[in-house]
Amino acid sequence: MSEKKFSKKHEWVSLDGDVATVGITKHATEMLGDIVFVEVPDAGKAVEKEGQAAVVESTKAASDVYSPISGEITEGNKAIADDPGSVNTDPEGASWFFKLKIKDKSEYDSLMSKDEYDKFCKENPN
Amino acid sequence: MEVQKTALYNYHKNLGAKFVPFAGYEMPIQYKDGIVKEHISTRTHAGFFDVSHMGQFFLEGDETLIESLEKIIPADLKNLKVNHSKYSFLLNNEGGIIDDLIITRTEKGFCIILNAACKENDIKQISQFLKKNHKHLLNNDLSLIALQGPKSVEILEKLIPGVANLKFMTGSNFEYEDENLYVTRSGYTGEDGFEISISNKKVEKLIDYLISNDVKPIGLGARDTLRLEAGLCLYGHDLNENINPVEANLKWAIAKKRKEVGGFNGWEKIKNLLVNGSEKIRVGIKPDGKVIARENTKIFSSDNNEIGFVTSGTFGPSVNAPVAMGYVKSKFSEIGTSIQLEVRGKKYGGKISELPFYKKSYVK
Repeated sequence: MSEKKFSKKHEWVSLDGDVATVGITKHATEMLGDIVFVEVPDAGKAVEKEGQAAVVESTKAASDVYSPISGEITEGNKAIADDPGSVNTDPEGASWFFKLKIKDKSEYDSLMSKDEYDKFCKENPN
Repeated sequence: MEVQKTALYNYHKNLGAKFVPFAGYEMPIQYKDGIVKEHISTRTHAGFFDVSHMGQFFLEGDETLIESLEKIIPADLKNLKVNHSKYSFLLNNEGGIIDDLIITRTEKGFCIILNAACKENDIKQISQFLKKNHKHLLNNDLSLIALQGPKSVEILEKLIPGVANLKFMTGSNFEYEDENLYVTRSGYTGEDGFEISISNKKVEKLIDYLISNDVKPIGLGARDTLRLEAGLCLYGHDLNENINPVEANLKWAIAKKRKEVGGFNGWEKIKNLLVNGSEKIRVGIKPDGKVIARENTKIFSSDNNEIGFVTSGTFGPSVNAPVAMGYVKSKFSEIGTSIQLEVRGKKYGGKISELPFYKKSYVK
């Protein structure tokens, strides 16, 4: 697995060959609060960079989850749809949202590093 | 208009509150624990809510005050005993709900608790019916604290002996820190509890005591999940000026005598609806799966006709499932009726459900 990269919309991506794993960051879960509903995409669905790919809802509101990278979904994480609260406990580990086969690695390369993302969150607290 | 703050604003800040603008006030939506934990601690222990943004409206006058108020409030105020409270409404000429409220008979008149967003207009509407010798005051020197949950009585009785004797929807004056305060056994969470009207000067001291007894601060977020599980309406969402009490499934809150004799705004229309039923009615809704049907979600019949809309919807932490309320055409309002909820363009199954979703435990 490659190092995690981060988007301004608070998703993380890791890369294994040409398959990316996408989830939402710990910072995102802290902003959302208690997560009570998750909808993940089905395998075969095509997603565009920054296109809507999944849904996450907290007690407060519904939010879209965007794919930071384009490609074709190979798997949605059904476990988090069954247990949405698990996203709060392990957002950057077992509670990934979906995997996709990517088309263009440069989209991954252009995302933020961990340090850049942490700085971005500090500068944009909301 | 400048954003208003309650007397406890800085106190909330120190407790780690996240604030949101609500009805012209900066109010805590949640504290450090988050909505679900706040909800559960209210149901299992006790929580306190700063509801000082709500209007505490005091009226004084002779017998004619009752006649005046009964023109806009469909409660039986004549037979309301001193220190007893009723849930009721202000009604417009069409029977629409201008606000929902709790009215308590006091020694000298009445106290009405009004919704924050409505209070200015409410007072205008009520004033139309008042006479010169009726005095009224929106008392902004008082805070209002709701203490809710099964441990409330034990905790408050230690501080203010006698509150344990209050029955649900009654109140009394008590002494605390050389000041008078007024406590009613009431609330809006489906739990046993109290609402405490206390001077802005003494309110921090009361909260210090509650916190030292492990009472958690509860924000508007959990207040919403608690009241929705209890099947209680939120004005501006489940109720508005175009909805009447029959449609809102709140005809129980119109006094029996007043239903027969009338004499209040919108009675002609309401009388007719009481006999013939209304075209639409407020119902409880349970989505089949985990999907949350939020406000404005369209409701369809099982054969795909649009039959209504959701007015409140969230995840109910104690029910451990999504819950909602909304309005449907009355013929689809029977408990157990299968419906469909359109969320993000997709239709999900659901059922008309009994209210409340969570069983109340009031002390009667």
